[in-house]
Amino acid sequence: MTFNMIFRQQWVAFVTLAAVLLSFSVGAGAKSTLTGAGASFPYPLYSKWISEYQKTNTGVAINYQSIGSGAGVRQVLQGTVDFGASDSPMTSEEHQKAKAPVVQLPMTIGAIVVSYNIPGLTQELSLDQELLSEIFLGTITKWDDPKILAINPDLKLELTSLKKRHKFISTVHRSDGSGTTAVFTNYLSDISENWKAKVGAAKSVKWPVGLGAKGNEGVTGMIKNTPGSIGYVELTYALTNNLKKAKLKNKAGEFVSPEIVNIQKAVSENIPDDFILSLLNSEKEGAYPIVAFTYLLVPSDMPTGKLSVLAPFIKWSLEEGQGLSKQLHYVPLPTSISEKVVNKVSELQQL
Amino acid sequence: MKKPSGHHFDQIFFYFLRLSGWSLVIVLLFMMGSIFWMSLPTFKNSGLGFFVSQNWDVFKEDFGAWPFIYGTVVSSFVSLLLAVPVSIGVALFINELAPRWIAKPIGFFVEMLAAIPSIVFGLWGLYVLVPFLRDYVQPGLSLVFGWLPFFSGPPIGVGMMAASVVLAIMITPTISSICREVFASIPHSTREAALGLGATRWECLKLAVLKSSFPGILGATLLGLGRALGETMAVTMVIGNVAQVKASLFAPAQTMASLLANEYAEANSDAHLSALTAIGLCLFIIAIIMSLLAQLVVDRFHKKVHGR
Repeated sequence: MTFNMIFRQQWVAFVTLAAVLLSFSVGAGAKSTLTGAGASFPYPLYSKWISEYQKTNTGVAINYQSIGSGAGVRQVLQGTVDFGASDSPMTSEEHQKAKAPVVQLPMTIGAIVVSYNIPGLTQELSLDQELLSEIFLGTITKWDDPKILAINPDLKLELTSLKKRHKFISTVHRSDGSGTTAVFTNYLSDISENWKAKVGAAKSVKWPVGLGAKGNEGVTGMIKNTPGSIGYVELTYALTNNLKKAKLKNKAGEFVSPEIVNIQKAVSENIPDDFILSLLNSEKEGAYPIVAFTYLLVPSDMPTGKLSVLAPFIKWSLEEGQGLSKQLHYVPLPTSISEKVVNKVSELQQL
Repeated sequence: MKKPSGHHFDQIFFYFLRLSGWSLVIVLLFMMGSIFWMSLPTFKNSGLGFFVSQNWDVFKEDFGAWPFIYGTVVSSFVSLLLAVPVSIGVALFINELAPRWIAKPIGFFVEMLAAIPSIVFGLWGLYVLVPFLRDYVQPGLSLVFGWLPFFSGPPIGVGMMAASVVLAIMITPTISSICREVFASIPHSTREAALGLGATRWECLKLAVLKSSFPGILGATLLGLGRALGETMAVTMVIGNVAQVKASLFAPAQTMASLLANEYAEANSDAHLSALTAIGLCLFIIAIIMSLLAQLVVDRFHKKVHGR
């Protein structure tokens, strides 16, 4: 090896090292970075918000990881992320574990759709509270059960003439713990005493019957793939995958389909100061029954430097950002609520 | 050109190698220790009953590992039943029978199977294999063998059978490539001797190749088993994810690895986390026993053949 070659190699190494060091210092100096993690349901919306926001605010880098509501709460409590996100509000037990109070801000509204795959069915299936809980409890096992026929008189012929192997109901549920399951089982516990006593409501429960699939996309695939199946998914997944959506009977006694208008009807304008409000099983007319807020979790002891970056982003999401919700099949917050959340963020900044 | 300070590099290199060698051992011990430590609350709570209890209720915080141990062991075992004969067949065909221009591409394709990510196997399983099993294989099996408990119940496609078939496809390349190595390690003179004594092709394969490579085939099988035990993503997508113990291969089930993938991210109570870690410990123990066995058998075989 000649001297020249050695020299050249060292020179290359030196330049590389300098470049690496330089890029580190530039990265640290110019951008303020925030890390968040949590719920997977609002992930597409949050990442859209972040990318749009960063276009106009180039000095900000926000990174959101979709790791699930439960993990999001855990990471906020451990302080490994700057902010978290969860589909269901934190439990009182979780609040006790927090070093400083965690503020929960509703960002958007989600609805859960009961989807089914019954070959040859032309019209929407309608389900009342009793039927829905009994199907998931496994006490109704066939699509031509007299109780189902009684509620769907128009579909009587189609349901009774199903092929034999399509007649059996296979229920599909989430096998991973999820905020979606928490909302759905909360609703079932709300409408059925039997469900409440036998199964209960949680992010994962012991399902009496049915198949488990991982994630909204897994449940979607399983429903599409299994004739005679019924399951629950987030509205976004049902819409983008063209799943059939069942009409559900609400508290007012109407059969309502999960349209954005009907979901908005479930949202009450009087929201308490901590924003913890169940939208499930709304008494309002025309309201779709399985609706819930999804929350951003912000620790109140967040360093001012970080808060001064996060707060404007949250405010932007609640104002301009809500316009992007509909494009992605999310339901925007009513203005009265988003204004209240913006005020809360301003309060946090003054602390 | 010799470096003047060569012996220093020798020494550094030696320490580096020693460190690399030990580092994995330390990491493994550290993992085992921390997993054991984190799963202690579960064992304190339910004792060894944890291994045999069939209940897994997150809401009521009552945890038992038996359905998952059962699911893991049965799905892996059935996949071995399917994969081992095929793998041996593939290896024999490529090494002993096929002309070179066929053997090469087949060997290449089999090895390519090993490079497919497991999520692809899972999706293929869910969208292609499951409907096929549901509409053709399972109705046929239940028509002919419906009286056996293994093939009873409604054919829904998703379940133990689908998981076993997907696993079998995934472990075939592992087993067959090791089998090929094993067959290739047998000296040609043995085969020539068998043929020279008037053995037919089949007798030659049986006596000269298969018989003497039995320990090697066993080692290959155990390595395949190790992969099947730990497979997560593909299994999760087709097994149906239900914690139950049913004899029927049509019924949905759940494995340990798949349970961890499903529930760990959203587990927020300490009892749940600890129970999941305990499941991880079970999996760890089974996997370690299997790879130790594999190592033992392969070592023995080498001693027998090469005399060292």
